[in-house]
Amino acid sequence: MALFRRSRPAGRPAGAATGGASPSAPSHVAAAATADTTDAGPVVVRLDDVHVTLGEREVLRGVDLELTEQRVGVVGANGSGKSTLARLLNGLVLPTRGRVTVGGLDTAREGAAVRRLVGFVFTDPDAQIVMPTVAEDVAYSLRPRRGEPALDPEERDAVVHAALVERGLADHADHPAHLLSGGQKQLLAITSVLVTRPRVLVADEPTTLLDLRNARAVHALLRGLEQQVVVVTHDLDLLDGYDRVLVVDGGRVVADDEPGPAVAWYRRAMGAS
Amino acid sequence: MSTETTAPDPAGGTTATATAASTGTTGTTPAAPARPSRWTITAADAARIATFAALICVLSLAGQIQFTEGMAPITLQTLGVMLAGTLLGAYRGALAVATFLLLALAGLPILAGGSGGPAPFVGPTAGYLYGWLFGAALTGWLVDRVRGRLTVLHVFGAALAGGVGVVYAFGIPVTAVVTGLPLGKVVALSAVYLPGDVVKAVIAAVITVAVVKAYPAASPAARRSR
Amino acid sequence: MTLLGAYVPRDSVVHRAPAGAKLVALLAVSVAVLAVPGPWAVTSLAALLLAVTLAARLRPRHLWQQVRPLRFAVPVLFALQWWSLGPERAALLCARLVLLVALAGTLTLTTRTSDVLDALTAATRPLRVVGVRPDRVALVLALTVRSIPVLVALSDDVRAAQRARGRERDVRAYAVPLVVGTLRRADALGEALRARGVDD
Repeated sequence: MALFRRSRPAGRPAGAATGGASPSAPSHVAAAATADTTDAGPVVVRLDDVHVTLGEREVLRGVDLELTEQRVGVVGANGSGKSTLARLLNGLVLPTRGRVTVGGLDTAREGAAVRRLVGFVFTDPDAQIVMPTVAEDVAYSLRPRRGEPALDPEERDAVVHAALVERGLADHADHPAHLLSGGQKQLLAITSVLVTRPRVLVADEPTTLLDLRNARAVHALLRGLEQQVVVVTHDLDLLDGYDRVLVVDGGRVVADDEPGPAVAWYRRAMGAS
Repeated sequence: MSTETTAPDPAGGTTATATAASTGTTGTTPAAPARPSRWTITAADAARIATFAALICVLSLAGQIQFTEGMAPITLQTLGVMLAGTLLGAYRGALAVATFLLLALAGLPILAGGSGGPAPFVGPTAGYLYGWLFGAALTGWLVDRVRGRLTVLHVFGAALAGGVGVVYAFGIPVTAVVTGLPLGKVVALSAVYLPGDVVKAVIAAVITVAVVKAYPAASPAARRSR
Repeated sequence: MTLLGAYVPRDSVVHRAPAGAKLVALLAVSVAVLAVPGPWAVTSLAALLLAVTLAARLRPRHLWQQVRPLRFAVPVLFALQWWSLGPERAALLCARLVLLVALAGTLTLTTRTSDVLDALTAATRPLRVVGVRPDRVALVLALTVRSIPVLVALSDDVRAAQRARGRERDVRAYAVPLVVGTLRRADALGEALRARGVDD
């Protein structure tokens, strides 16, 4: 059941869709429009002396990083600041001091453009799925953003269908999202993010609420993506094959290495070897 | 969590206007948003309004299951309406109630006794539904005026004035019009429901104070700084 | 709980009529009938209801389902009206009430919930002049429909926890965790919307 059909623009002149915004589009829109080309090289994510204070608490205290690797893992205890670190990367949290740039775009000044480049997957898919049915949620990601013409409805539905087929959710397209299993919900959340073709995917503990089988499936999916991926996780075993692992503690990056040594360091620090 | 809003990009704004004008679309092209004002519905506002509208639905369903007694079903819907006011403030609280009412009007079976659709909006108790909208607004407005620590007494006063006073002020005259009964008779009839509603105002006050303690982001002070 | 409402699928003129037009017509009829009391108004209303019911091929049980919520109130009202206004007025007023509610019910029976919501969203378009954004209205309505099952599940969890602690009858032990959970969900949802570019 499609409870919400989007109202469609009636009688739009043919050709307007292509002639609309492009000539006057600001540079960051143009950058976002080409974001699906994979040969553009890595997106440089850069943090310069970043401090974040939320309320009274200094959550991050002086983080300097440059991330260009395909697969980056972030581990740390609860309250270490790793979730805040993840949220910095798409401007959901802005630095109290210092600067975060993604592909040269400052998250504080060009947040909208940064969010076109960086997709974000949350822990709880129930909070991330915003539309009543599966297909509608994916379609919601394809709504026209500011300064862009609307996608032709048929074209949009085709893109949505292809995305659902790719993730094995096509049979559920018109089902209410709440009837999906936990693993399927997280798949849907990831599908809705990927359908906009971000260059970087940030995931904050995407497997914490899943059983082991679904957790492995989600990690396998993230591992196979062409995008750059930054994953915050407690599943240390699933970081094998990552290019780089950061250990966050007390608001600082305390270890930064390949997965083997970094995870070993973290296990020792947590007293669980 | 504090919400930081990024400055709107002026270039993006003008482009949107140009696009909307040149293509003549109405439905799907987002309008160029005006400067954020206190009336602007941000993503965070939309989320709170929608979840509270859903909360009112859930409370009315729960009430039907557990507290139904004979011919006068005591529902927790009015509790939900009061909480929308006390925890979201006047504007967003009223919008949450409006959203709930629109969904009921559209046919979701979320009103007392599992009814929905336009029928309850022309029936004898229709005025109470309209009253909720303004009741939530006044409740929220009064709670927003509280400086310093929020006490049960403050919230009770606000819920009583908005959630009971305003709601009855709309409900009673509409009942009189729809049923053709003299106003005095309807007032006497409605008095039956008064004790229950006063109890709900007390419950709303106790819950609000407890919730604000557990989740300070919902306090009036936090709302003012949003 | 079904989100389908009480829709009775049929192929009829009434079903095909636009939801917005049906809503406006119902509003006009309600105002007219309430403003002009008397046997004529009630007779016309009955005729209209009969016409709509036949055209939409609805069964009496469908209409009964719509007026059922009034089954306790109407006898009480009738007694009160008889006592204060006399039997004729009482019969007329009660008939008017039941017929009007039944007519409103035919709208529910012949119109999909999603169509009414679309019509209501479309109705907010002229309000753009005062800064209302129809896309935000549609978003809030959709978010609410999406949130209902999530909060029902939360409510069930809270009830189970209550039972485990033997406090089934304590409204406070039910509502406080439910409302805190609601706020938590609301703010997580708001963050997810921002991540998906809603504020951009």
